[in-house]
Amino acid sequence: MLAADNLTVTRGGRVVVDGLTAALEPGRITAIVGPNGAGKSSLLLALAGLLVPAGGAVTLDGGPLAALSPRVRAQTIGYLPQSPDIAWDVAVESLVALGRLPWRDRGTDHIAAALAALDCEALRHRPVSRLSGGERARVLLARVLAGTPRWILADEPLAALDLAHQLALIAHLKTCAHREDGTGQGVVVVLHDLAIAMNHADHVLVLKDGRLIAEGPPRDALQPEAIARAWGVTARWLGTPGRMGLVTGD
Amino acid sequence: MNRASLIFAALLAVLVPLSLLAGRVWIAPWGAGGAAGPANAALILAELRLPRAALAIVIGAGLGAAGAAMQGYLRNPLADPGLFGIAPMAALGAVASFWAAPLLPPAIAAWSLPVMALAGAGLGMAGLALIAGRTASDAAGGAGGGIALFTLAGLMLASLAGALTALAITLAPNPFALSEIVMWLNGALTDRSWREVAIAAPLTAAGIAALALAARSLDALTLGEEAARSLGVEPARLLALLVTGVGLTVGAGVAVAGIIGFVGLVVPHLVRPLTDRLPSRLILPSALAGACLVLAADSIVRVLPLVTELRLGIALSLIGAPFFGWLLLRMRKGRL
Repeated sequence: MLAADNLTVTRGGRVVVDGLTAALEPGRITAIVGPNGAGKSSLLLALAGLLVPAGGAVTLDGGPLAALSPRVRAQTIGYLPQSPDIAWDVAVESLVALGRLPWRDRGTDHIAAALAALDCEALRHRPVSRLSGGERARVLLARVLAGTPRWILADEPLAALDLAHQLALIAHLKTCAHREDGTGQGVVVVLHDLAIAMNHADHVLVLKDGRLIAEGPPRDALQPEAIARAWGVTARWLGTPGRMGLVTGD
Repeated sequence: MNRASLIFAALLAVLVPLSLLAGRVWIAPWGAGGAAGPANAALILAELRLPRAALAIVIGAGLGAAGAAMQGYLRNPLADPGLFGIAPMAALGAVASFWAAPLLPPAIAAWSLPVMALAGAGLGMAGLALIAGRTASDAAGGAGGGIALFTLAGLMLASLAGALTALAITLAPNPFALSEIVMWLNGALTDRSWREVAIAAPLTAAGIAALALAARSLDALTLGEEAARSLGVEPARLLALLVTGVGLTVGAGVAVAGIIGFVGLVVPHLVRPLTDRLPSRLILPSALAGACLVLAADSIVRVLPLVTELRLGIALSLIGAPFFGWLLLRMRKGRL
């Protein structure tokens, strides 16, 4: 279990996460949603152990995350930043292989498995500059999977993807989290699209001004009242469970 | 050993014998030593050509490796290790030694140039580590921007050192000292001996070793600073290895040969297309290619039919500047 315990994070002297407590379970998809500037990305960075909290702590399976060495932490938690620049025009396979860095092994099998899981085998030798947006997103996720982390933390992995690629990527994340044998990875994603959170997440955290204003299964956390409080938008859900659509306006 | 390393190692194996034979006095590999007698040929080889070739290899290797690592660290193909404070600080130390030498006892004065240049490089390293290191360790606290600050700190040190060097030149005690300083600033390998090799080789080897230790962390930076940290890279350790590695290689080079520009910038570009472009795959072949470039350039300036030998630093910049322009044009086409 990955948990934030009365977590406070400051960036540039500003409080961006304010005394937040939440527990995230492995084997499910947790969506972090909230308006711009709510502290979603900062919360994700702190959960990944990449920001030192100003107060409180992040714990992993009961122990403080900060006590882990950077290498063990990197083996345990995979972090996917929001559409990163790729500095060098490397081949897809070399890029995905970077995911093995914390293990200091070649990890050929894991790299092959990650490429296969995201349908990237045909792209193996292609330079990253010649990937489409959807291919690029898949390759970057494959890089995280190659590290076989128990937790996958992704910051807006769906941004800049078209509808079909959004659904495909979410499907990949679901396969990571939902395993019959209960060994699924914990997946935490920052999302903007509330309908995707509603239909595909198992658990939702709604943030506003660094505080948690609603939490729970999507149907509970994403009630119209919570949406009104967080975004100041009047909205209601239409459709059947798993196929809900958000309609805004009165 | 990857393909690129093999190519440049083979090239170096061809260049070394050629460079030993070339010069004002050509030595024929067969028989009696050509224009020089056999005894003279042996002397020229052992005391002039061999140390000079060894020094060219050492300096070129250091500059090539430093350039590859620096471009990887800054995620920028236009980074030159000479631009970031250490080389100008080493040069400042060397220039200061032209002032200090007359005041010192002769036994110490003979060593004052390399020692003070190395001290300058050390000061530059400390300055960089001090300024950029603060943010590297603070990055975990969310300040970020460690690498941007590194660049600025390096440029600040470089312009400070450049200004002080210019001041030292304008205040030169006599025209002779002035010409000594100016000549020296345009690096060269003329009249170097095994003493310079003994100074530069161990330092350069240690520097390249430090850069090799940083190599995988540099690969992780391909994905940006945050992703690199999520892969277990410790920014403070990486910065320390990089500053040590670049400081030792570049500092040692400046201490024995003066400023030799453009090698660190140009060489990684020659090597990159032969590799899979990750910084770690670039460091060893860039060291070999740097050795080839400096050795070849030094052999060429030696045989050019000029009254005074063209300074190596000038020759390399003459090649390097147009190359830089070509690079910029190519980058506009997005082929880097």
